[in-house]
Amino acid sequence: MDLYLILFYFFAIITLVSAFFVVTTRNVIYAAFNLMLTLFGVAGFYVLLGADFIAIVQLIVYVGGILILLIFGVMLTNKITDTDIKSGFLNRVPGLLIVGTFAGILIGTLLKSTWRIAAPLPPPVAGLVGIGNLLMTEYTLIFEILGAVLLIALIGAASIARKQSN
Amino acid sequence: MIPLPYYLLISAFMFIMGVIGVLTRKNAIIVFMSIELMLNAANLSFVAFSSFLGNIYGQLFVFFVMAVAAAEAAVGLAIIISIFRNKATVNLDEINLLKW
Repeated sequence: MDLYLILFYFFAIITLVSAFFVVTTRNVIYAAFNLMLTLFGVAGFYVLLGADFIAIVQLIVYVGGILILLIFGVMLTNKITDTDIKSGFLNRVPGLLIVGTFAGILIGTLLKSTWRIAAPLPPPVAGLVGIGNLLMTEYTLIFEILGAVLLIALIGAASIARKQSN
Repeated sequence: MIPLPYYLLISAFMFIMGVIGVLTRKNAIIVFMSIELMLNAANLSFVAFSSFLGNIYGQLFVFFVMAVAAAEAAVGLAIIISIFRNKATVNLDEINLLKW
């Protein structure tokens, strides 16, 4: 077995096991930390696929930003001193029925399709250079609009979460 | 080399975990984490196809998805905190103001 395959299985186990625990554990803090492991595993897949820039962005934005925000959310909305941090389930039977149907369709299609692609081709321009060129030429407008959307969303979030003062 | 369907299967399983979390969990913040799981599953598919087609656009789109995910997380958590301040709960079965 070559090293790529060993690393792939390693990241696959990390990702799938921790993703499973995110949705099954009753403790919200444990769910947050398992989500961190999942995000690390996905970053590992990005490195294996040769998308190094996306892997770094994944670590910075998801682990460094969104996950911290989620943990802040947990701490602000749970009575930690009363150890009331457990959380249960809801609509278990209909939910699992829907998920079962959906999973059957998705995995069935995936396994039945024939994928004609054998091995990864080298990207036309090396990762970071290619993305930078596209962002500064073809996708400049989308890039700028995205920046504005992010700014507006953060201002809106701050104004929603603030204490209402009359 | 690792074949493409391996990555797609991992992505599909992550997406299914996310759907389970959204449909069956009670805590709004865990529902949020499940949404992040689903976004990551889609991103993994994008990067896998991008790498196997030798095309950079998939990675570019993942970059955009991450920016939108950051905005979504910020606004969503602000709404959850605001609800918690008013109703002192984040359990989805107790937030039933619009239920008839």
